[in-house]
Amino acid sequence: MSTSTTAAAPESLLASPDQLSQNEITAEIRHYHAAAEAREAAGEHVRATAHDFPPYRSSILRHPTKNLRLVDPETIELWSPAFGQRDVAAIEADLTLQHTGEPQGERITVQGRLLDSWGRPVANQLIEVWQANAAGRYIHQRDQHPAPLDPNFTGAGRMVTNDNGEYKFTTIKPGPYPWKNHVNAWRPAHIHFSVFGASFTQRIITQMYFPGDPLFALDPIYNSIHRQKDRDQLIGAYNHDLTVPEFSMGYEWDIVVDGPDATWFEPEGEH
Amino acid sequence: MPAPQKTHAGTPGQTIGPFFAFGLDYDKKHEAAFPHSPGAIVLGGIVYDGDGAPIPDAIVEIFGADSDGTVPRGRGSRRRDDHTFTGFGRSATTDEGGYEFWTRNPGAIDGKAPFFAVVVFARGLPDKLHTRIYLPENAELLAADPLLSSLTPEERATLVATRTPEGYLRHDIRLQGEKETVFLDF
Repeated sequence: MSTSTTAAAPESLLASPDQLSQNEITAEIRHYHAAAEAREAAGEHVRATAHDFPPYRSSILRHPTKNLRLVDPETIELWSPAFGQRDVAAIEADLTLQHTGEPQGERITVQGRLLDSWGRPVANQLIEVWQANAAGRYIHQRDQHPAPLDPNFTGAGRMVTNDNGEYKFTTIKPGPYPWKNHVNAWRPAHIHFSVFGASFTQRIITQMYFPGDPLFALDPIYNSIHRQKDRDQLIGAYNHDLTVPEFSMGYEWDIVVDGPDATWFEPEGEH
Repeated sequence: MPAPQKTHAGTPGQTIGPFFAFGLDYDKKHEAAFPHSPGAIVLGGIVYDGDGAPIPDAIVEIFGADSDGTVPRGRGSRRRDDHTFTGFGRSATTDEGGYEFWTRNPGAIDGKAPFFAVVVFARGLPDKLHTRIYLPENAELLAADPLLSSLTPEERATLVATRTPEGYLRHDIRLQGEKETVFLDF
């Protein structure tokens, strides 16, 4: 414990001291994917998302170095906090209605289902989303990207899944934005999702991306997932049937919350 | 009945990123228990990185049983009514790496050692981490706990909170380093 170490200002932490080029970072990404593939081919269980992924520079001091301890979940871990319509207002699912004017950008609706690993819908669970505006800027004092803030867009919303595990929200397509992981680093456009499942072991935070983004191969965060089929799971699908004439483009994205086999046995009551 | 084969691969997790505050913030999010209610205690500590530096952009979430060992089923963790104990709390770390909750001492469930279920998210942490915070009291229950009894004394110490003189709980979380917290997979 180092009482003499003080917290660095978060904005300075965003800058990496050893700024590599994109080509060097991309080569590192390929190297770590090949290494994970080899470990997997040798029979090792490799996590879908690496905790230790050096191309994402901020992970270097923030990933555990020991293997996660495999345990049987105890009772409290097999339940989830209870959410319901009392926790959110219906209007909170429309991120375009939070100000007096219309936000700038391409209006989209995103809908999908929250499922567990057996394909069962997970009802009454809180989903929180947050994102940059159409210009790639977050409403956050530490986001110093010189793109305009949109006075009519905050970029945070929330909803509770219905009885069929479905969610839906309306927003603006976020823009890509630069960050300081390496020289000329840009994040693909994405929406952050915070999701609860039927048990606390299923809690996840993840990101939904948009199909065909040219930045996918270059992004260390997207690539902290080593298998292509797992990365594909994070990409929303354009669905013309969800596109509303004269109004918005439609995307569909299902989220699967995984957990131990013990979660098959649902707690009594609720649901 | 054994669980049937899984049919759907889990969606992989991703980092919470640096700019989550405006998306995950809400009033009284760290008040799993109303601060002025009977039995309310503070559970807090600091989240450290591998250099021993406090992490100013992490989120810690807890879910715990009520003092009598019942699993809270009250809704309203996102819209507090100042009397329902929902067991769930969320705390974003301060510039000094500190997290803090108002909650209650969880009671034993089925006679087992009581603990808070904990999830940690942070910028630079590509996926969530699960851990537990055990109450320091009742040595017998702690000794019988399947997880704690499988750990070395040093590892075990990373999961058991310290009781302060005012009856609160103090517990640091280290993502990496010499006293790295034991993190869990289920």
